[in-house]
Formats: sequence, C-alpha cells, structure tokens
Amino acid sequence: MIEIERHDYDVVVIGAGGAGLRAAIEARELGKRTAVVCKSLFGKAHTVMAEGGIAASMGNVNSRDNWQVHFRDTMRGGKFLNNWRMAELHAKEAPQRVWELETYGALFDRTKDGKISQRNFGGHKYPRLAHVGDRTGLELIRTLQQKIVSLQQEDFAQYGDYEATLKVFAECTITDLLTADGAVAGAFGYWRETGRFIRFDAPAVVLATGGIGKAFKVTSNSWEYTGDGHALALRCGAALINMEFVQFHPTGMVWPPSVKGILVTESVRGDGGVLRNSENKRFMFDYIPEVFADQYATSEQEADRWYDDPDNNRRPPELLPRDEVARAINSEVKADRGSPHGGVFLDISTRLPAKVIMKRLPSMYHQFKELADVDITAEPMEVGPTCHYVMGGVEVDPDTAAASVRGLFAAGEVAGGMHGSNRLGGNSLSDLLVFGRRAGLGAAIYVDSLGGRRPSVREADVEAAAQRAISPFRTGTEDVDAENPYLLQQARPAGTARELREDVDAENPYLLQQELQQTMNDLVGIIRTAAEMELALKRLDELRRRAQHVAVEGHRQFNSGWHLALDLRNMLAVSECIARAALERTESRGGHTRDDYPVMDREWRHVLLVCTQHTTGADSSVHVGRKEQVPMRADLVDLFEHDELRKYFTAEELPGRTD
Amino acid sequence: MGDQRRFQVWRGDAHGGNLVGFDVEVNEGEVVLDVIHRLQATQAPDLAVRWNCKAGKCGSCSAEINGRPRLMCMTRMSTLPPPLPVTVTPLRTFPVIRDLVTDVSYNYQKAREVRSFMPPKGVQPGEYRMQQMDVERSQEFRKCIECFLCQNTCHVIRDHEENKASFSGPRYLMRIAELDMHPLDAADEEGIDRKRAAQNEHGLGFCNVTKCCTEVCPEHIKITDNALIPMKERVADLRFDPLIRLFRRNRR
Repeated sequence: MIEIERHDYDVVVIGAGGAGLRAAIEARELGKRTAVVCKSLFGKAHTVMAEGGIAASMGNVNSRDNWQVHFRDTMRGGKFLNNWRMAELHAKEAPQRVWELETYGALFDRTKDGKISQRNFGGHKYPRLAHVGDRTGLELIRTLQQKIVSLQQEDFAQYGDYEATLKVFAECTITDLLTADGAVAGAFGYWRETGRFIRFDAPAVVLATGGIGKAFKVTSNSWEYTGDGHALALRCGAALINMEFVQFHPTGMVWPPSVKGILVTESVRGDGGVLRNSENKRFMFDYIPEVFADQYATSEQEADRWYDDPDNNRRPPELLPRDEVARAINSEVKADRGSPHGGVFLDISTRLPAKVIMKRLPSMYHQFKELADVDITAEPMEVGPTCHYVMGGVEVDPDTAAASVRGLFAAGEVAGGMHGSNRLGGNSLSDLLVFGRRAGLGAAIYVDSLGGRRPSVREADVEAAAQRAISPFRTGTEDVDAENPYLLQQARPAGTARELREDVDAENPYLLQQELQQTMNDLVGIIRTAAEMELALKRLDELRRRAQHVAVEGHRQFNSGWHLALDLRNMLAVSECIARAALERTESRGGHTRDDYPVMDREWRHVLLVCTQHTTGADSSVHVGRKEQVPMRADLVDLFEHDELRKYFTAEELPGRTD
Repeated sequence: MGDQRRFQVWRGDAHGGNLVGFDVEVNEGEVVLDVIHRLQATQAPDLAVRWNCKAGKCGSCSAEINGRPRLMCMTRMSTLPPPLPVTVTPLRTFPVIRDLVTDVSYNYQKAREVRSFMPPKGVQPGEYRMQQMDVERSQEFRKCIECFLCQNTCHVIRDHEENKASFSGPRYLMRIAELDMHPLDAADEEGIDRKRAAQNEHGLGFCNVTKCCTEVCPEHIKITDNALIPMKERVADLRFDPLIRLFRRNRR
C-alpha cells in the first residue's frame, strides 16, 4: 500500500473555467464542502480566451428581445438538433446569471442609460451580447475567481481558515474517477508541481473540463483542451452524445504559421467587418442557405443599412451562424480565391474609424500588431477556419446536469445537447453560467439525498489508478521522487511494468500528439468523407496501440512530457468518438459536413448518436448507438412558424399542424 | 526550413541549477514559446514550462528573456536578432519550482487579503446603473491578465524577500484602486476605507513610483499613473508622505 494524500469533500468540481467556478459557488453557497481541481493556475482557464460576449436577452439595446427570441435563434443555430429543454432553460435564465455577475463586481460596457451594453453577433436576431470590449471571457473568469475569494474571506471570518469549505487545487490533474457499485465515490490525480498523487473521496463530481480542440492541429484552444472530462465520463460508464459536431470558427489567424488558429473574434463582423476574397468580392452573399434565405440581406446596400436600421433591413450574411461562414471560407480558398496565406480577407479598416476600432477591438489590434505585424485599422486581416468548440459531450439531464452515472454531473463545453449541431457565438459563456449553477445545485441536492450513505472508494481502484498514471516512465531514467525515492518502487508491482518497458520501442508523446492532430485535421476536419474517416479510424487504432508504449524521461516533478503522455489517452478516446459518430451520420448538419452526403436530412434530426466505451483487457473501443430525441414540447413548437419547422421536421413529427 | 539559433535556458530546481545551451531551429514569425515547445518535443522532453493560451490572454508563460520580464508567447523571435543567444530564465522574484516554473503562490495569498467587492445594499440584480465614463477607470485595471510580471519586476520585493510580508505589490494595490473607483462598491457604507487599507495593510508607502511595473505590463495598463499615484495622493490627506509632496512639486 502506498501512502497517497487524501481529501474528503461533498462535491469535487473538475475544471476552473466559467462552468466549474459557477458550480463551485453554488455548491458552497448551499453549504457543501467543495473542492475545485484544475490543471492550470487559478484564473487561467480557457474561458479567459472568450472574446465577444455573453448572450442574454436582457433587451437593453433592443427592447423587443426576450427569451423566446433567444430560444428560437439558438434552435436555428443548432439546426433543431439541440436538446430543447436545455435551450429553453438557457434562454430563460441567462439574464439572471449575467445580472448576478454585477453583484460579484463585474464591470460590463454600458449603454447610454447606464445598463449593460449588448452587441450584435452571428445568428442572434437582436444585439444580445453583454461584453467588455473584446475581453469578455477575462472579465467573466476574474469576476468568478474574485467571488470565490470573497466566499473564502467569509470562511476566514467564520472559521479562521480561508479554505475551510471551499478550496482550489490548482495545477492538479485528475486522471481517473473512482466509482463503487455504479456511483461516483471519488477521483484520483496528481499534483503537476511535484508529481505526487492525490485522491478525493467525494460522492459528487462535477465535470467542467471544457473541450477537445487539442486533438486538432489548427485550433483556437489551449493545451488544456485534451478532452479530459469527456474521457473520464466515458471510462466510468457515462455516455457522450453529438460528438460528430465540432465547430470550426470561421475566423482564426492563418499567418504566421506559429500563430495559425488563434481566434479572431466574431465581434469584428458584429461591429461591421466584412469578408472579401482575392477578387475583392463580399462573397458571403453567394452562400446564404435556403433555410435562412428570408433572414439575410441579398445586397451590400441592404446589409450596410442594417447596422443603423435593423428593423427595416435584413442582416448582413457575414453574420450567418459560424458553420455556414466557415464552410463558405473553405470553399473560396478551395476555388483559388483565397488570400496569399490560404485564408480570406476580413476587413474592418475601411468600415470603422481607427479610433473606434481601437476602442471596440483592443485585443484584436494588439494581437495582429504584435504577432503578425498587421495594423487592423489600416489593412485587412487574413483569416481562415480553426477548430474552436465541440458541441458534443456528456449526456446530461437538462434540469440537474446529472449524467447517467450516479453522482456524476457535467456543465459547460464538456456537456452535450444544449447547442445541437452548431453553437451560436456568445451562447457559450451563458451556457457556462446557467448550467454551471444547475450542476452545482444538482450535485448539492444529490449529496443531501444520500444522507450518510456515501459510496466508499475501493483501495484496489486507487492502486490501479496509480499504476496507470506511472506507467509511461521508462526504467533506468525514471521517477526519482525528490522527497520519497521509494514511492515508485512501491507503486509498481515488481516485474510487470518494468519488463514491459524494456522490450518495446519507446514512443515520444509529443510526436504521437502531432500525428494525432494531423490525422484529425486532415481526415475528420471541416469537410468529411467516408473513405477519409475510415482511414482516420485505422490510424487512430494504430496510434492507440503505439500510445501504450509511450515513454517519458526524467522524474515526476513538473514533467511536461509525462503530463502529455497521460492526456494523450483522453485525446485518443474523444478522437475516436468524433470519427466514429461522424462516419455514422450520413448527412450534413451544423458542425458536421459530409462531402458524400451534402444535404441535411429530416430523418436524422431526431436521432442522437450516443458513444460509450467498452473495455476488454488492456484495450478499449468506442461503440456508437442511436437514440431518439425527446419530441419538443408543444408550447415551444408553437414559437415557430410552420413553414420554418417543415424545413427541419418530418411530417409525422408535426402532428396537428396541416399545410 | 528555418535558421539555427543558440538558446540558453535555465534548468534546475529549488536546490540550484544553471543555464543549458541548445541549438534549435527557428522559423519565420515564431515567438519564444514556439522555440521552447520545439525544445520540449526534440531535445528536452521534461523541460518544465507554464503556458496556456499562447495568445497573450492568460498570462501563464511569464519569464525573463535576455533579462527582461516578458510573456514568452508575445515575444517574437524577430525582436531578438542574432548573433546574441536568447537567454530564458525563470521569474526572479518567486521561488523556482523547476526550470522555468516558479512558485507564484505569494500572489494568490495577497489576492485573498484584499477585501472583496461589496455589493450596494438594496440594489437588486438587474438594477445596477453605471455610466460608461465611470466604469472605464476600473475597467482599465480589470484588463490585468495576472501574468505577475509587475510583481516580478517591482524592486520593493525583487531583491527584498523581507518586504513580501508587508507589501502586496503593484497588481494588488491596483486591485484596491479598482475597487475604490468602482462606482457601486459599498465599502464606505460598511465602514471600510480602501485607501487606508492600501497604505496600512498592503504597503502602498513602499512604492516610490519608478514605474517599472508599468513598463513591463503586457496589457499596457498605466499602473503607476492611473492606479498607484491617485491612491497615494488621496492617502496623503490621511498621512504625511514626502514623496507625494515631491511628486506634486514636480508636476507643477
């Protein structure tokens, strides 16, 4: 038996972005002892990179806005594949969640009458995004971080200990969830700083780990986005849905190569920026799909009038949902009408005075100035699609955020369903807050329901998790724990792992990750075909086998190679889910575009693809099943015109509605 | 293919270490962090480095590059022309954990000691009203990405470990200024004087306005001019401060 640092909590939240922090605040305010565990320093989570804003129908700029309009926009953006109950809760609760941030100290940009200002964004009918310039994510993360601190100050006043009931475990990675009789009992992980193991005994775990973008080569996502929560859920028996839907944001930087993929906020287009090809043509007018034909302007004149007179003109097609714009850019580049470095031009310089650009888009100005030597107030940017967000995630109950495994909850990007086949810009930050709170609430209620009968962690599971975590170290060079050099020998049963390591070719985790990213980018990217995805699955299979021989050097103290080796198996698992589900869905919809099945098919709208993992021996494989969507509640169906619904729903799905 | 450059990276831990030389490929448009990543992938797989967004938004990859506190992700190689080698060392003010990673927990302790925002009593969520020009002052300070470069460069603590207990550093003095300038912060009503706290509990008096913090801020926040000096001026009413007097005289 090895000695492992142990902590007991009511609720363990994995991830310290918007969803995780909001969940932790809720659980703590309901009196639960709560731990937040995150891979990075506190306050560095990926939420910080969100730029444009938080969608909430407060109606501060256009008083016609309300939750029903927001709900409709969200369903349209997701091509009606969304979990309608989640979309409903989201649209209804987003304003309260934003207002609440002000009571935590947030300072949003203001309207003339002193309310929270709201900006236009793709797919949103009215100006709806609460924002702070183009650094809204930073404001959100800092506000929630400071709210956590304020709760800790309350604890200090009461107990003399800042961390009495709410503690952040920063730079700590969870590698396995521990279950007992099909219910969550705890979590196992390691401190990045020392490499020492840590275990949490807790009846409720909230996954708030974000996305999977690091499985792709060109991505706007940070290193943390390795699909940890998706994989943790799979491994403990929960299901993932909608994994075939991956959002490629239309505007990422394309030059220089080292910054390829870094996000260029949609606010550039929301504030008037236009897309042009090498022939200086605003090409988006050629790409308005039939389902949106009556909602978007057909001439530049009408589009330009819309900014000042939105009631009497239709929106510019640059503000179509992200999937449409990303595909259009992809087509222009393929047709040789791209920019010199393989993107298209995004121009704000001829649309707004330099001063206004600097005020509204300060980070974009600095980003281009400092990384690409481009002055966006004087010249156009070069942009192209970049992997940005995964719509798919853990299947959850909309009201409680509970997964199918008892005691497991998920919120934010790691949860699936809310955004259907494509997420609207601005709906992510609001999703984090609405479902982060619900997950914290759901977890607290669940813990109460257990009374004193909590599942107990099995010691054998802890030892197995320790084995798995340590397996990448090679013999000879490995793992001399500074404070306890005997830890390794104790953790590893004599013989087994050691012998395995010696007779195989060691694999470099960095190179395996690069191969994985290239494979996903080339073969399961923005445009997909069956042949390419079958090839991808073969390569993933091969990579998974090679990953079993991954070997790292050095010792366990802040060893980046080791960390990557452990993250790699998560990336491989989610990549397989994406590829298998994408191969199965023989239509094109939202963030899933098939060259061999280019049309949206009504018969696929009501079908969810559900990924589960099955383990036999040392290997495990992903299984894709089908599940029927729950039919939309009648009062929500009535929010739409029949003619619009007919574009998405089969005749049998629209009972009582005749032509 | 790119050019070869000489890199000197500090490697070691709390017990000591030294600069290790590497010859490494550098391509057009790359930043220092790209090259550090290439070192990890090809020559030093266990090289410890903190980073997250690689877009200048999270403030994780702070280090000293040729002696200057910088974000590695925002320092382009083209600004460090050959033939001089590129030297990358960890932040000097904080204890080294390993290689380029330092223990920045000092900052999180200080953050906790600043009394949080106090919501105005009787104003319901959704009823907050503030004018843009009134929020802008605090908004400038909220651009802070907490890279801790200002903390690292501030001479009050850079070579004076003994001052850490009584000095919170520019980042957290600025946080106090931000709350003090928040249009709806109700600290006054709670009987809390934020300016006095800055002076008495967070060591504002240590600052002698050399503006080193402002110089290294990657967000170009005017920490000294807009946060620290105004607070010092108002504290001067509470407490005699010869430096402020000097400053005022110079400004006339």
